[in-house]
Amino acid sequence: MKTRLSTNLRAIVARSYVRIVGGNRELSWVFFEIVLPLLNVSAYVFVYRALGASPEYEGFVILGGAMLAYWLNVLWAMASQFYWEKEMGNLELFLIAPISRMAILLGMAVGGLFMCSVRAASILVMGVVLFGVKFQVEHWWTLGATFVVTMVALYGLGMLLSSLFMLLGRNGWKLSMVLQEPVYLAGGFYFPVKYLGVATSVVAAVIPLTLGMDAMRQLCFPTLDTNPLLPVGAELAILTVLAVVFLWCAAVSLAHMERKGRESGRLTMKWQ
Amino acid sequence: MQTAIDVTNLRREFKSMARGKGRVHVALDHVDLQVRQGELFGLLGPNGAGKTTLIKILCTLLLPTSGEAKVDGIDVMKEPHRVRERINMVSGGEHSGYGILTVREHLWLFSQLYGVPTKLALKRIEELLEVLGLKSAAGEKIATLSTGMRQKMNLIRGFVCDPKVLFLDEPTLGLDVQVAREVRNVIRNWMGRSSEKTMLLTTHYMAEAEVLCDRVAIIHRGRVVACDSPENLKKLLAHETVYQVETDLALDLVDPFQEISGFRRYGTEHKANAGTTRFQVILDRGAEVAHITRRLEQVGKTVRTVTRTDPTLEDVFLHLVGHTLTDEDSA
Repeated sequence: MKTRLSTNLRAIVARSYVRIVGGNRELSWVFFEIVLPLLNVSAYVFVYRALGASPEYEGFVILGGAMLAYWLNVLWAMASQFYWEKEMGNLELFLIAPISRMAILLGMAVGGLFMCSVRAASILVMGVVLFGVKFQVEHWWTLGATFVVTMVALYGLGMLLSSLFMLLGRNGWKLSMVLQEPVYLAGGFYFPVKYLGVATSVVAAVIPLTLGMDAMRQLCFPTLDTNPLLPVGAELAILTVLAVVFLWCAAVSLAHMERKGRESGRLTMKWQ
Repeated sequence: MQTAIDVTNLRREFKSMARGKGRVHVALDHVDLQVRQGELFGLLGPNGAGKTTLIKILCTLLLPTSGEAKVDGIDVMKEPHRVRERINMVSGGEHSGYGILTVREHLWLFSQLYGVPTKLALKRIEELLEVLGLKSAAGEKIATLSTGMRQKMNLIRGFVCDPKVLFLDEPTLGLDVQVAREVRNVIRNWMGRSSEKTMLLTTHYMAEAEVLCDRVAIIHRGRVVACDSPENLKKLLAHETVYQVETDLALDLVDPFQEISGFRRYGTEHKANAGTTRFQVILDRGAEVAHITRRLEQVGKTVRTVTRTDPTLEDVFLHLVGHTLTDEDSA
């Protein structure tokens, strides 16, 4: 039991190492992951300025831009990663190793979280410096807890999607495409999500970033009436449930998909 | 002696749904196989014979349709996790890993998946890099390695977790003669280090199986057609004579020797660049080779050389299956 735990912990560290070292060795990511997204964020800042909105809305956009990094990471570097691992021949080596598949995914998540946090922090700092955004946080612990629970739920969703990619192959890309753009809208990355209407917001709340961002905006800009979806406490509770559900579903789905893959022979079949 | 791999009545079918019609391809057909602990065992057969399918089942990557398979006494279907603690696998032409990592980092990464403490892993990695002559490339990114260097690195990946049973799937595939020889030496040395290590190697290079393996199973279209030591297998041809007859290119001949008395089997290897065809002929008696050459001349072929040879595993394959590995791969 102790050996299994230690092996899985080693696997998590080793797999996260690839992400962290990879990011540091290819510094072009600074341009692609920070400078370019900042241009996108700036566009929304100027829209709010042109409309004469309260300056807090600029912070609203900056926060959304920072959190967007995590969504893209989950979608393209987490969910679809098993597709790439299969094509490279790594997946079968992971599968014959005496480790939990969740350990590999956790390693990806930890590495991805680290790199995304650098990107997110850079966007926040640049937002403060370039646009003079002022955060008015009073409850730091609640903000920290909201962020952590949001990330656990989000990466749990990523793990769940990974299990689908393990078998779907290239068809999995369609799933990512379907999820990417609509979530920009439904997640409320650049505007208060409640303006979509309650029904749409409730559906959108399945994506953990929707509730997470809504709660964080309430905590970062308490003086602004952002028309929140729910009180912070309720959102935090729902996010906790989502985190548990997604992680559990991911573990079950991974085991199921692996078994189906071993039955059908698709687990190691390339160029699907 | 303890059995390291025990396969009983193993069958694996693949269902193809091409064009809406369900077709069943039988990759393994009631295979029985026992590999003893400490043995270097070869699975010999052409592409598509079922070798890789068998390895994938034993490595817990595939489930059999029916039958039973055990590694180190553990059922691969019922307790895959315990099997995984005892095995590793290296495939020929494998391109695993992350191009951004160095050779040393890549090997460390995979050692961690087996729980090898970092200090011990790095010590083993340095030793193995030295043995395989990769020490100078340890700090190179794996994306920059040549095919031969990459395959040596893959072998180290297989050895670094010190498995009880190592599966090598076509380990010298695509390697030049020199590197293939080095790889074979390393395989032999690793086996010599402990009597508890077992290796199952698949290959379609007959000579490789002959020089490396303690025992060989010849697998053809999913069935094991013979299983014994290379020496004993060659004894199957003790009462027959093997000749190699080289002519100019003879792509157009279909069963030219059927009516010759004393003729058993033949295989061909065409060398289009050299403009030659090598006939490998098994006869009851040596004197009958004159009928073979005469027949070839009758159909317009110029006989260049005629050589009597000692039986090889290739001849055994021809004897058992009815054609050579080259014929099978071409087909």
